[in-house]
Amino acid sequence: MTDIILLIFGLITVVSAALAVFHPHIVYAAFSLMLTFFGVAGLYVFLQADFVAGVQVLIYVGGILILFLFAIMLSHKLFGSPLRDLQKKLIPALGLSLPIFFIIAYVIFSTNWNLVSQTGQNETVSSLGHLILDQYILPFELASILLLGALIGAVYLVRSSDDK
Amino acid sequence: MINNLYFFLTISALLFSLGITAIFYRKNIIAILIGVELVLNAASLNFVAFSRFTQSHLHGQVFALFIIIIAAAEAAVALAIVLRLFQTKETIDVEEANALRN
Repeated sequence: MTDIILLIFGLITVVSAALAVFHPHIVYAAFSLMLTFFGVAGLYVFLQADFVAGVQVLIYVGGILILFLFAIMLSHKLFGSPLRDLQKKLIPALGLSLPIFFIIAYVIFSTNWNLVSQTGQNETVSSLGHLILDQYILPFELASILLLGALIGAVYLVRSSDDK
Repeated sequence: MINNLYFFLTISALLFSLGITAIFYRKNIIAILIGVELVLNAASLNFVAFSRFTQSHLHGQVFALFIIIIAAAEAAVALAIVLRLFQTKETIDVEEANALRN
């Protein structure tokens, strides 16, 4: 039963990612990207990463995807040109990505991973908090500075040009 | 029992190559950013899978959290650049953004 649910989550993730890549209509591509994010969050739950799954849904679906939709709505003339975009050649793109996929698959199945059969923890929030505020405190503070810089940079970039 | 490392790594490899396909296939700059997001998701799925199935106590999940933070910052700046490009060029086709070429 667990296997069936896991397989369904994997299928949702991969199929909606393929739809996000190949759908010519950019709004449908963005919404199917939302389904991909939910599928990856489900896979995180199966990997016993409950906090990462919650953060995935909160930030990707609640933040980044909304930003994408705003950018789509603001950057198309909604009643002039259609929302479709012409595609480049498919053959060079597939000719680059399929060898990458087969090389990664070969590495995955030919490497002897140092696997352990541990049951894992049931809840990870307190352990993650101790790790971030103890061992990873410097990257944590650097990430906050990076977010502040990105915020100020984004505001500076989209400022209209006549109030310089 | 498919709940093993190989299943998650295969899903992650598929997501990664789909993201590479989107980066090289699409002309719309927002679709290219969708491809970048897929690549970042594949990377963090890899980190979490290795953190579950090998002997690394939750360090992989911390890396996944940092990847999500970086993705948020990247999306904000990239979409600001998209809007700026649309203000100046009236298009978001990457092949029209050639002001530095000549």
